[in-house]
Amino acid sequence: MAECHPVGYQWVMEARARGAKVFHIDPRFSRTSATVDRYLAIRAGTDIVLLGALINYVLSNGLDFREYVLAYTNAATLVNRDFRDTEDLDGLFSGFDEETGRYDPSTWAYEGDVPGEEEPVEGGERHAEAAGSDSYGARGAGASATPPSDPTLTDPRCVYQILKRHYSRYTPEMVEELCGIPPELFLELAEAVTANSGRERTTAWVYSVGWTQHSVGVQYIRAAAILQLLLGNMGRPGGGIMALRGHASIQGSTDIPTLFNLLPGYIAMPHAHRHDSLDHYLEQEGADTGWWGNRRAYVVSLLKAWWGDAATEANDYCFDYLPRLTGDHGHYATVMGQIDGTVKGYFVVGENPAVGSANGKAQRLGLANLDWLVVRDLMLVETATFWKDAPEIETGELRTEEIGTEVFFLPAASHVEKEGTFTNTQRLLQWREKALDPPGDCRSDLWFYYHLGKRIRQRLGDDDIDRPARELTWDYPEIGAQRDPDAAAVLREINGTAADGRLLASLRELKPDGSTSCGCWIYCGVYADGVNMAARRTPHTEQGPVALEWGWAWPANRRILYNRASADPQGRPWSERKKYVYWDGAKWTGPDVPDFEEDKAPDYRPPEGAKAEHALAGTDPFIMQSDGRGWLYVPSGLSDGPLPTHYEPHESPVRNALYGQQANPARRTVDRPENPYNPALSPRFPYVYTTSRLTEHHTTGAMSRPLPYLAELQPEAFCEVSREMAEELGLENGAWATIVTARTAIELRVLVTGRVRPLRLNGRTVHQVVMPYHWGYSSGGVITGDIVNDLLPIVLDPNVYIQESKAGTCDVLPGRRPRGSALLDLIERYRDG
Amino acid sequence: MGAGWLSRWPVIRQLKGEDGRGQAARSARTDALRPRVEGADTVARSVCPYCAVGCGQLVYVKDGRVTQIEGDPGSPISRGRLCPKGSASKQLVTHPGRQTTVLYRRPHGTEWEPLDLETAMDMIADRVVRTRRETWQQTHEGQEVRRTLGIAGLGGATLDNEENYLMKKLYTALGAIQVENQARI
Repeated sequence: MAECHPVGYQWVMEARARGAKVFHIDPRFSRTSATVDRYLAIRAGTDIVLLGALINYVLSNGLDFREYVLAYTNAATLVNRDFRDTEDLDGLFSGFDEETGRYDPSTWAYEGDVPGEEEPVEGGERHAEAAGSDSYGARGAGASATPPSDPTLTDPRCVYQILKRHYSRYTPEMVEELCGIPPELFLELAEAVTANSGRERTTAWVYSVGWTQHSVGVQYIRAAAILQLLLGNMGRPGGGIMALRGHASIQGSTDIPTLFNLLPGYIAMPHAHRHDSLDHYLEQEGADTGWWGNRRAYVVSLLKAWWGDAATEANDYCFDYLPRLTGDHGHYATVMGQIDGTVKGYFVVGENPAVGSANGKAQRLGLANLDWLVVRDLMLVETATFWKDAPEIETGELRTEEIGTEVFFLPAASHVEKEGTFTNTQRLLQWREKALDPPGDCRSDLWFYYHLGKRIRQRLGDDDIDRPARELTWDYPEIGAQRDPDAAAVLREINGTAADGRLLASLRELKPDGSTSCGCWIYCGVYADGVNMAARRTPHTEQGPVALEWGWAWPANRRILYNRASADPQGRPWSERKKYVYWDGAKWTGPDVPDFEEDKAPDYRPPEGAKAEHALAGTDPFIMQSDGRGWLYVPSGLSDGPLPTHYEPHESPVRNALYGQQANPARRTVDRPENPYNPALSPRFPYVYTTSRLTEHHTTGAMSRPLPYLAELQPEAFCEVSREMAEELGLENGAWATIVTARTAIELRVLVTGRVRPLRLNGRTVHQVVMPYHWGYSSGGVITGDIVNDLLPIVLDPNVYIQESKAGTCDVLPGRRPRGSALLDLIERYRDG
Repeated sequence: MGAGWLSRWPVIRQLKGEDGRGQAARSARTDALRPRVEGADTVARSVCPYCAVGCGQLVYVKDGRVTQIEGDPGSPISRGRLCPKGSASKQLVTHPGRQTTVLYRRPHGTEWEPLDLETAMDMIADRVVRTRRETWQQTHEGQEVRRTLGIAGLGGATLDNEENYLMKKLYTALGAIQVENQARI
């Protein structure tokens, strides 16, 4: 965090100055490790063992926050009697199909919730094909609002007992054997975390892509969620699980997604085989209870925003205009489509997959097989220049004259040359004022897509294929000599309007009958009453610490989600020290906007047959879930199991000591010649690598390597290794090393330190190599270097299709890599070996 | 120079025993120095474009050029602070390596060629329309899909919300579904 989010880290340092104890758990020692109470070096790819052991520690010592757990989680809920755990099946859950590599999740359901034959099953095979978890999970996919339960927590089929069994072998000894963390350090962590949780205290977890970029990445986060729910650390000040996102508006890019499987506001893209009408789609996409029960209003309002008067009740509000998915259409599937020649044209906008994505060679082979490519960026990134300077030109795999790709490079406006909003990592929208016009041909991406859309619409015909684009609402005021579309007008469309054009103030005003329009329901209220709330800038010195008048957080300007949980079931603060949102006898109140219906009393009980939020009791704080509870156990919505389970990375030098099942059985592999894998447990690739970032650079370097200030601070690509490993291999500090995987080999400067430590796993030593990935062959960079991501395999988490960047295997050789075709010969020898 | 300039010379004053860290360090030149931000024509309230912390920035402009980018002391997130990248962001927007003209590489070409922006926009629109028609799928395995798998997009996560919104809206209306973002990868 100190390394990659330095200014956010000031708050951790303040907390520490006030007595907070800070742990840092990471394979690499960074600026964070240097400033905490305790640093724990961990083998990359084993965090679920550590988190599972903490869960086991809490459960076996009875340290859970029982009142919170009983009232606010699904600990007491009973699970289907046909459910089998990984303890029963040596690393598999019930429902796994060896042939397809997919789970049928029907046995994971709550007792009494198993859908009949006629009812399609949520999640599972079809669900996984469409990367549904980031919508389903958020939505609380189909489960009963009031499933059978055992409040004594003794029934062997209740979630609490299932959890206990599932994690019973996640012990301090197992942590030592798999993570390389000695038992005394584990116990120090476990005691600190549990002692600092409860009525009076809360513990927070902070993570980043070190948790997500794994073939079992979603379950890392789930493991933290279980721990935090058991300790009562969710929805309370000082608690939570904080995702530190790495780009200025990466949160916004998920909320208003340029992602294949989502529509704005985590609404699923329709699927060809499941959704033939709006009614059918709404029926199948989630439960009727909990806040997602209102989804018809959100979907219809979105369709009204896009197709305006053309969207009517009679034509299903143009629901048919939405193109349909049939499977995985994610980034890596797209790259394979490029190599196969099905993808002809490609827009790359402020992104640099030739350096940033796993298996760079596959990325560049895809680019080289396009008809046309449009790259928009501040500099000439490698993705734009691959046809003249890619590594494959040097090896002879590609020849410039033979590459038929037509390339357009369009320079982009910088952040100060356009107005608009970023959404930061805490869901906060902040409006940026425009300081000046962009130079030369530089234009904003808003300008580009608006004017491209106009031009395309001028070229459309009058048949049905063109109807959705023809009838699209696409009228935005143009400003200034460059005819910039008015970003505020776009934000107002996102906010939504009533039939009379009035800007909506709250998502509660959204209607399912087509009388409201709204481009992204969770952003409704950002332009309440015609005021750009994201532009508010009341200084922190003139308001309280929650700072509600600086920018605007979705939803409804709430700063802590699920903050109803900061009060006890009766609505009283859990303690004076942790007082936040509470019931004052007539309404919920506190320094934040309550994440609950303001007048729903703690003693409210839903009447029979109630829908949406009305189906949740006054004691159900997790309002997006169908049962209003925090899910320790996930009965549906995940494609690789209801509980986080340790699996080794796809490429690992270590055998899974917990189960016969070595890696995540549902992980997605891409078995093609462009993407060879290092075999698991291969002696040819004995070292563990992980990739990382540095304070002085940003991702693939396009925004940092061309800047002399930053280039001078971190000039060269390097790998960091321990003294012991350097000695073993004859690596010299400042000299070169060649890192080899089945994909390629790259050369990096060697940094030998005592910061990276060999890990002792029950007598065996495992060495780790840490590689920052900011370098490439171009980007207008004043500094260049080999591309670390070229080493990575394409192997994906089955829920969200994120690649496993953070743990893999390699070999390391002293000296520089071979040049030209000799490089290919080296890799060939490794693959054959 | 007026009389007594020698005795006001900082070196002399310091040799005479005055504290070199105080008034004795001042010269006429240092007295005349003004902060770069003082003469700015405008100040825009902005946000750092690097990581997702969202530090407030103040962007100072004079004579149509960015003269300084500083942390916004009012921000409850950053309280005026910026990291090395945020502090270098003036260089990000003003450095000479920044590409400011359209470039075109024709198929099998070995060098970039210049291209007019309006022409480029027309050429790109033509290609989208043509490729979309050529790769249109009305049905797939008997199901209505009305889409194209011939056109794909990948966006970075420094895109504004408004930009992402127009991108998703346009791609979806055109039937392009392979729309992705750094937010996944």
